[in-house]
Amino acid sequence: MSQSYDRGLIEDFGRWREFTAGMWAWIFHKFTGWVLIGYLFTHIAVLSTATGGASLYTNTLQGLEALLVVRILEVGLLAVAVFHILNGVRLLFVDLGIGLESQDKSFYVSLVLTGAIVVASVPTFLQGAF
Amino acid sequence: MAERYSSFERSTLAWFLQRVTAGFLVVVLAFHFFLLHFLNHPSEITFVGSSARMDQWGYLVTMVLFLATATFHGVNGVYNALVNQGLDGTQKQVVKWVLVVAGLALVVQGVRVALAFTGV
Repeated sequence: MSQSYDRGLIEDFGRWREFTAGMWAWIFHKFTGWVLIGYLFTHIAVLSTATGGASLYTNTLQGLEALLVVRILEVGLLAVAVFHILNGVRLLFVDLGIGLESQDKSFYVSLVLTGAIVVASVPTFLQGAF
Repeated sequence: MAERYSSFERSTLAWFLQRVTAGFLVVVLAFHFFLLHFLNHPSEITFVGSSARMDQWGYLVTMVLFLATATFHGVNGVYNALVNQGLDGTQKQVVKWVLVVAGLALVVQGVRVALAFTGV
């Protein structure tokens, strides 16, 4: 039987020095979630140029991709998405009662894998940007 | 038995759907990134290329489901985060309905965009 855990209002970021791995995972998951939902609204807004005609869409997308800052932001988006996916899988397993005892280790694995995937993807994301 | 640390109220439909959409999004978000950043490069995106993908019914349905599940997962996640921060009472109701309307508007607009590619 599972027990509920009354943690109170733990969103007291003033005590961040006391945060454990699990708390950092929780904060990073929330932060990356906010970025992703914000991006989703922006993404649909940009893609909406398709309703204004083929050339408007193509020129807008290719114009944005010609900007170095957009390419760099895309690398940031990849980092955010990969961490949210990997930590999300970790959370699904924890919710199923699998790996709760090693949830701190799986958080570190999520971080390392995110870093490795993002670094390996940088050449692809910046291809033709210079 | 281990304690549960999830901030969600258990045994609610929203709690369940948050996890079901998570499972779906893990796969489709990874597929989306792989297809549009590695197999096809964003700098080479054209209306014709996007239309060619959207003309395949399987792809179109997957993308519409992707949008609907991502919107629910994201909007519900924002709502839960704000409730965690102590949102309550009238403010909670107002925020909930603002998020519902924003989410529905996003899905409607996204479907309009998808159909623009198919020429419907």
